[in-house]
Amino acid sequence: MELIINGEKIRIPEDESTVAELLQHFNLHHKVVIVELNDEILAKENQSETRLSNGDKVEIVHFVGGG
Amino acid sequence: MNERYSRQALFVPIGVEGQSKIRQKHVLVIGAGALGTGSAESLVRAGIGKLTIVDRDYVEWSNLQRQQLYCEEDAEKRIPKAVAAKNRLNALNSDVIVKSLVSDVSVDELERLVCGVDLIVDATDNFDTRMLINDSAQKFKIPWIYGACVGSYGISFTVIPGVTPCLNCLLETVPMGGMTCDTAGIISPAVQTVVAHQMTEALKILVDDYASLRNKIVSFDLWKNEHSSINVAKLKNDCCLSCGKNPTYPHLSYSNRTKTAVLCGRDSVQIRPSMKHDRDFEELEKNLLAQGGKIERNPYLLSFTIGTHRLVVFKDGRALIHGTKDIAEAKTLYHRYFG
Repeated sequence: MELIINGEKIRIPEDESTVAELLQHFNLHHKVVIVELNDEILAKENQSETRLSNGDKVEIVHFVGGG
Repeated sequence: MNERYSRQALFVPIGVEGQSKIRQKHVLVIGAGALGTGSAESLVRAGIGKLTIVDRDYVEWSNLQRQQLYCEEDAEKRIPKAVAAKNRLNALNSDVIVKSLVSDVSVDELERLVCGVDLIVDATDNFDTRMLINDSAQKFKIPWIYGACVGSYGISFTVIPGVTPCLNCLLETVPMGGMTCDTAGIISPAVQTVVAHQMTEALKILVDDYASLRNKIVSFDLWKNEHSSINVAKLKNDCCLSCGKNPTYPHLSYSNRTKTAVLCGRDSVQIRPSMKHDRDFEELEKNLLAQGGKIERNPYLLSFTIGTHRLVVFKDGRALIHGTKDIAEAKTLYHRYFG
């Protein structure tokens, strides 16, 4: 399916259909992240049950420590 | 109006009035690495009244690629960063009072440093210190600007006590480990972009233009051409112990502080993080591989030898730094390699 991730159209495999799986796909599952799905912030505890559908707009910010 | 600041005062949202406000402000920059040197230079050139900059480290050759206030002589002589920074800042603008402190920043130092400060700029390289800044900023009602970067990625968020969520609201848990500039590298444009975000917000705060603040957490990856920003207002948590209705400022309390101890006669320092973590040794080893040191591990601990130092980290996050009796140096090594 096609998602709009951080403003870019990105095609991802159909089997990665929850937000948690998407984070795993981008290797962000070990990181502290804030996820916004279609302009609404998604609570961390809902990441594994929230399913994505074609055309969804996802914004992902992950925290880093360097400086 | 001083000719020196004429172009900045011509910019309408600042104006002559804004410029004189900037002149009366005192900013504390915590850290004099890549972000700290960028921010300090920007603030001093902008003509703030007073700048305090604090750092526990000294200049090394590997800093020169991106830490813009330092020169080869500073690295050659291993000049403390706070001292080298002050020298350069004084040369850039003698109008500005620059105070520098060569010190580790823990609770006691921070309580003294934030006194009378209008804004705190985060230029640290670890979350332990950031959580201290977060709670002190809430306790003393001082705005602060989080900024961090690694590789070509950067992130920033402006915390206004009583208005925005605080870092504790956003994080829920303190990130542990992960990549650092010393394991994943860093390109200077990523630093400059974070500094640009932090300093634009800083100017807005210094001229009291709070209505123009971004109010969003922003992140970017310059190499991957990505940019993202999220409105996090909803994450402000009334029950947050740092900024909620009944704050206890947990990160300022003794039990939550990172504890360090010099181990007598062993030329070693023990570092005990504030919270217990389950370190992922596989991930850590992957991050450390590019460093050229020697890595050994068993199910209980990972040992990393580099130069004259050996760093040993246990599953719960506790670490022993061998080859030094200096707590500040040990902390630097810990955060450099273990995040």
